[in-house]
Amino acid sequence: MSKLLPRDPWDKLAAHTQARIALGRAGTGLPTREVLSFGLAHAQARDAVHLPLAVETIRNQLAELGQTCLHVTSRADDRRIYLQRPDLGRRLSENSAIALGQHVGDYDLAIILADGLSALAVERQAVVTLNALLPLLADFTVAPIVLAEQARVALADEAGELLGARQVLMLLGERPGLSSPDSLGAYLTFAPRLGRLDADRNCVSNIRPQGLPPAQAAAKLVWLLRAARQRGLSGIGLKDESDLALIGNKRQL
Amino acid sequence: MKFTCQLGHTQHHFVDLKDLLAKASPARSGDYLAGVAAQSAEQRMAARFVLADLPLRRFLDEALVPYESDEITRLIIDSHDAAAFAVIASLAVGEFREWLLSEQTDSATLATVAPGITPEMAAAVSKLMRNQDLIAVARKCHVVTAFRNTLGLPGHMAVRLQPNHPTDDARGIAASLLDGLMYGVGDAVIGINPASDSIPALTTLWRMLDELIQRYAIPTQSCVLTHVSNQIRAIEAGVPLDLVFQSIAGTEAANAGFGINLALLEEAYHAALSLKRGTVGDNVMYFETGQGSALSANAHHGVDQQTCEARAYAVARHFKPLLVNTVVGFIGPEYLYDGKQIIRAGLEDHFCGKLLGVPMGCDICYTNHAEADQDDMDNLLVLLGTAGINFIMGVPGADDIMLNYQSTSFHDQLFLREVLGLKRAPEFEAWLAEMRLTNQTGQLLPARADHRLLADFSTGVL
Repeated sequence: MSKLLPRDPWDKLAAHTQARIALGRAGTGLPTREVLSFGLAHAQARDAVHLPLAVETIRNQLAELGQTCLHVTSRADDRRIYLQRPDLGRRLSENSAIALGQHVGDYDLAIILADGLSALAVERQAVVTLNALLPLLADFTVAPIVLAEQARVALADEAGELLGARQVLMLLGERPGLSSPDSLGAYLTFAPRLGRLDADRNCVSNIRPQGLPPAQAAAKLVWLLRAARQRGLSGIGLKDESDLALIGNKRQL
Repeated sequence: MKFTCQLGHTQHHFVDLKDLLAKASPARSGDYLAGVAAQSAEQRMAARFVLADLPLRRFLDEALVPYESDEITRLIIDSHDAAAFAVIASLAVGEFREWLLSEQTDSATLATVAPGITPEMAAAVSKLMRNQDLIAVARKCHVVTAFRNTLGLPGHMAVRLQPNHPTDDARGIAASLLDGLMYGVGDAVIGINPASDSIPALTTLWRMLDELIQRYAIPTQSCVLTHVSNQIRAIEAGVPLDLVFQSIAGTEAANAGFGINLALLEEAYHAALSLKRGTVGDNVMYFETGQGSALSANAHHGVDQQTCEARAYAVARHFKPLLVNTVVGFIGPEYLYDGKQIIRAGLEDHFCGKLLGVPMGCDICYTNHAEADQDDMDNLLVLLGTAGINFIMGVPGADDIMLNYQSTSFHDQLFLREVLGLKRAPEFEAWLAEMRLTNQTGQLLPARADHRLLADFSTGVL
């Protein structure tokens, strides 16, 4: 705390919320320390958005789990295009589509790890989540794991379809918040194919140690994967009976 | 080809009115995403030359979205006030800009003409206006509304206190709320974006806000920003609810994506009026909008996103709202890419709304994947303050921990009041002085640890 500024005398209230309250003030402005701490949080969120996916590192980590992986890209050539053209991020590049088609098989499940809006989330949470998830899926045949760059959620539809998978699970970096630059989202789609709608998917969001820890997320995902297989569907028809939080902007816009 | 423009050796063609408007729009990512934006800078200027000579009457004769298939178009055409329009009926869009800027066109004239202006006319003229024009004209438009206090008076600016919490935790919300009140915030509304969608959980929030406002006799109003159908059910159940909220858009199909139509809004409006909870006025609706909402619902009919947005204000205007808030940077960079586009959109929205007679506020905001930062927000804050914005948001430290975006803070509004001399709603300003939170000129008093609000929080009363 600055020696020049008095503290707000209600600073004990900060124990009740993560919100930035009782910050004090320098005139009408923020104390220097607060300007810097906000700037740091924003910098971390910005870096998370623009960090490239660490493909080789993740490939090696997956190899340690005994998994092979296929690297694909979307039709968005770079981050700038990706951010402005969500339609391009939903489709595989031509070469990637051809490459995946060569791995078509009889699979219960395809798993896609995708950068989305935070490669940092994939780096920190995805392999940990898979490490908890895969041992619980001994009775599922799983396709080689796909690592996708510049990808949006719907890219999983095309990838899953090309691999011949009956379900697809996409683990992708969520839109970074100021206090959560590394939050992972999981999207499950039964019978993936081009043109699936968001209403056809189930979501588990905020996967990170401070949110929904990866081990708990894995337990929810297994419940969902089994329920989807049993009922032959996913999305709004598959009730979130394991008390799942739905991804989505709470503000209606 | 309906419109052509010869510039040097090049002829530019525009297939119809909506194509002309889209091509004349300042560049923004959403219009490129929709495939309606100008393909070159010169084509954009060619469209503006054509637009400048287009008679305003043309917008009454040619609908951008078909009258037969869109109830917003029907609302715009059927409620058009021909007598109010008479004053500007002979003008082309370029002349309209000059008429708006003229010293002879004062606040009273603008208010008289407003019912004769359609959203498409407002959008069209905005495309010929620089940022300073948008500010100069909006500043002349005064839209005053009232519920438990009076908002929109010249020289005044209100703030929505937005004490959101990711799990709707009552103590967490109360802590942020108290922080806001101690900073003199909350005259526009105390409005919570709930995490929950269940009526019992929402009712807890409505009752909490009602008890707070009653206990301290705060001359302000509350709102819980949930779907309008939840609010109708709550009113029927006797829940003490002040303002009815809804997100709205500028086409029938986009509104269908929100699960609403004009009939449902009408029902909600009359339900809210029936409660008669306003003390100094009966503006009972709070609407939120934002460029890109129609496109994101795939319901834009090839109309550019700024014109779609202006059409949402026709919906708002019909229900005499207390507050209309354009949540300008929330939607993301695929619609407004960077600080420049967000700033331009904020000024356009405020101008179009005010010109149509809508009490515009703005959630000056951005997300972390947009090319924007706090400096961009400071710029838009000062610009909109200068333009006479009715209200802005107040979020603790500008960081909304529930919606994961950055808005304006309690500090930001203090800064703006200081540099531009903007007052709070008069009734609220008087209450703050009475509570010994501000002095008689509206400046914050040094906070005291033994203040009644703080003491009540620590004993659990608040």
